[in-house]
Amino acid sequence: MSSRSWFEHPLAQIVIARVREFTREPEAVFWVCGFPIMMVIALGLAFRNQRVEEIQVDLVGEPLLVEQTAKILKEDKRMNVTPHKDAADGEQRLRTAKTSLLVRVLASEQTEPKFTYQYELDPTRAESVLAKSAVDDVLQRGAGRKDSVTIKEVERAEPGGRYIDFLVPGLLGMSLMGGGLWGIGFVTVDMRIRKLLKRFLGTPMKKSQFLGGLMLARLLFLLPEVLILLLFSHFVFEVRVAGSYFEVLLLILLGAFSFSGIGLLVASRANTIEMVTGLMNLVMVPMWIFSGIFFSPERYPDWMQPFIQALPLTAQNNLLRAVMQEGDSMWQHLVPLAILLTWGIVTFALGLKIFKWN
Amino acid sequence: MLAISCKNLVKTYDSKPPVDAVRGLDLAVERGECFGLLGPNGAGKTTTIEILEGLLAATSGEVEVMGLRWGRDDDAIREQVGISLQETKLSEKLTVRETVQLFRSFYQKPLAADEAIAKVSLQEKADSRVGKLSGGQKQRLAVACAIVGDPQLLFLDEPTTGLDPASRRELWEIIRSFKAAGRTILLTTHYMDEAERLCDRIAIVDHGRVIALGTPRELIASLGGEHILEFTLETDSAAILNGELTASLQQLPSVTSAEVHDGQARLSVREFHVALPAVVNLLAERGYKLVNLGTHHASLEDVFVKLAGRKLSEE
Repeated sequence: MSSRSWFEHPLAQIVIARVREFTREPEAVFWVCGFPIMMVIALGLAFRNQRVEEIQVDLVGEPLLVEQTAKILKEDKRMNVTPHKDAADGEQRLRTAKTSLLVRVLASEQTEPKFTYQYELDPTRAESVLAKSAVDDVLQRGAGRKDSVTIKEVERAEPGGRYIDFLVPGLLGMSLMGGGLWGIGFVTVDMRIRKLLKRFLGTPMKKSQFLGGLMLARLLFLLPEVLILLLFSHFVFEVRVAGSYFEVLLLILLGAFSFSGIGLLVASRANTIEMVTGLMNLVMVPMWIFSGIFFSPERYPDWMQPFIQALPLTAQNNLLRAVMQEGDSMWQHLVPLAILLTWGIVTFALGLKIFKWN
Repeated sequence: MLAISCKNLVKTYDSKPPVDAVRGLDLAVERGECFGLLGPNGAGKTTTIEILEGLLAATSGEVEVMGLRWGRDDDAIREQVGISLQETKLSEKLTVRETVQLFRSFYQKPLAADEAIAKVSLQEKADSRVGKLSGGQKQRLAVACAIVGDPQLLFLDEPTTGLDPASRRELWEIIRSFKAAGRTILLTTHYMDEAERLCDRIAIVDHGRVIALGTPRELIASLGGEHILEFTLETDSAAILNGELTASLQQLPSVTSAEVHDGQARLSVREFHVALPAVVNLLAERGYKLVNLGTHHASLEDVFVKLAGRKLSEE
């Protein structure tokens, strides 16, 4: 055995075979390398930090008063004013969310001014609330209100606090999860269906070599996947790692390990494609929803938090964000670290224990 | 020392209802012989061979492979045996050589990958992807993976099922040359011609038991005649008295045994040219009308029919 080159070692051969199979499958290469980039681009565009440029406001009421009001509002360049002759038209547009705010100008009993404004809006729509305060401000000033304090405004949109900075660690976590489940779980079940696991069982190959080989191969595929995602978002969206790159690497390895364990457990008994994809969805879908890939899991109610925080992907995403976005050290976050590690160890041990070769 | 010894092997699958796949099977395979398990589908051949390969646990019974026991000497046995399963889908994306190299890496003292490939005559396909191979070539690759560890004992489960005649003959040649090197082979098959041509000894298996054991020649000789004469009578031409007709047929010259069921007769015959006129005369005397009559050399199929009461190819 010692006279052999490393190339002839079973572990090396299993890794090499996996890499060959993988790189000769163009679809798989796309899913690993192309998909994360597409996600970053699509989401980066959709959620780019947009200046609030236009405020849609509709006016109804006494034609003369409406005309005067429109004139005041149009002084502000952000305002897009649509007056209506028929009040029903404006009400219809508010109901169907075509306008953010409906202003009803009413004649008043008072002497000066001879009218009042009635704002009509849906208070659960953020842009309506925003429109109300902006319109109110303009109308009050137009009516002669004076500001009592001088206000200065400084604009900031720096790397680190944008949506894309939040998103990239989440996407990293998501591909770690997908990679572990597909790369270990799906691949293993596929080999079981093809009776290849059974065939391997008939050789002197050690189980540890087989599983070790699958995991090493998984880490190898992870490298380009993670690098592409990080480099792309670095150069295109200027996403920076605020903390230590070394710790980001450690967290990626830890995540790869833990999600491989989950993949192994999912694959330990399943013997049909339907069964393994079902199990994988059962594992992944709740984490897609709750673990804060696209938005912060803190938006869920408090009573759900213990469950959400215990999910491995929540821990993974929190850790990655802490290091990449906040610039913390991972050692400041021992709880998620322990959660992620425990998931890996427990699922690995359990998966190995109940694993079926045929 | 025997290559394989197994005593009172029992395997019951605990499904609902439980399936008795193997019910008390004994085997003793000598070193250097090619031994065949012949039987219909569902006879328990694959279950038996997978227990011997260490892939399944027996419910009860004693198994020794190369003088070693499963559960105690697993690694030592696996170093010495090569296996080919009934159906293994090797990775289509790997080439022939890459696949053999992968399996080669599992063994302590393997053959060179190219040597194993040459033994199954796949040199020209060494750099082809597995997905591009024909059925016969894939089966030869499976055998290359089985022999690359340089095993003393080779297990082949239905090695030629589904292959065309030319591919089957090529595989037979590979198996013969492996045996010529003094190695042992245990194969399962439901093709009687394969068992007859390839195997030194055969165990005929039915319903999880060995119902006959011997060389192909011995088994055929046990029928008592080298020829089989079969005929069918028109059922309503006369009332057929099975017992009486059987007794009369057995009296005829050169007939060693006879069986008649519902107008269908099957005779073992030593000399065909002596027996045939006598049979035809007897039927004419009794007024039976023949629907058809045929003859062939006795084969293992006839042995199976005699012992199991049905054809090998029937489920």
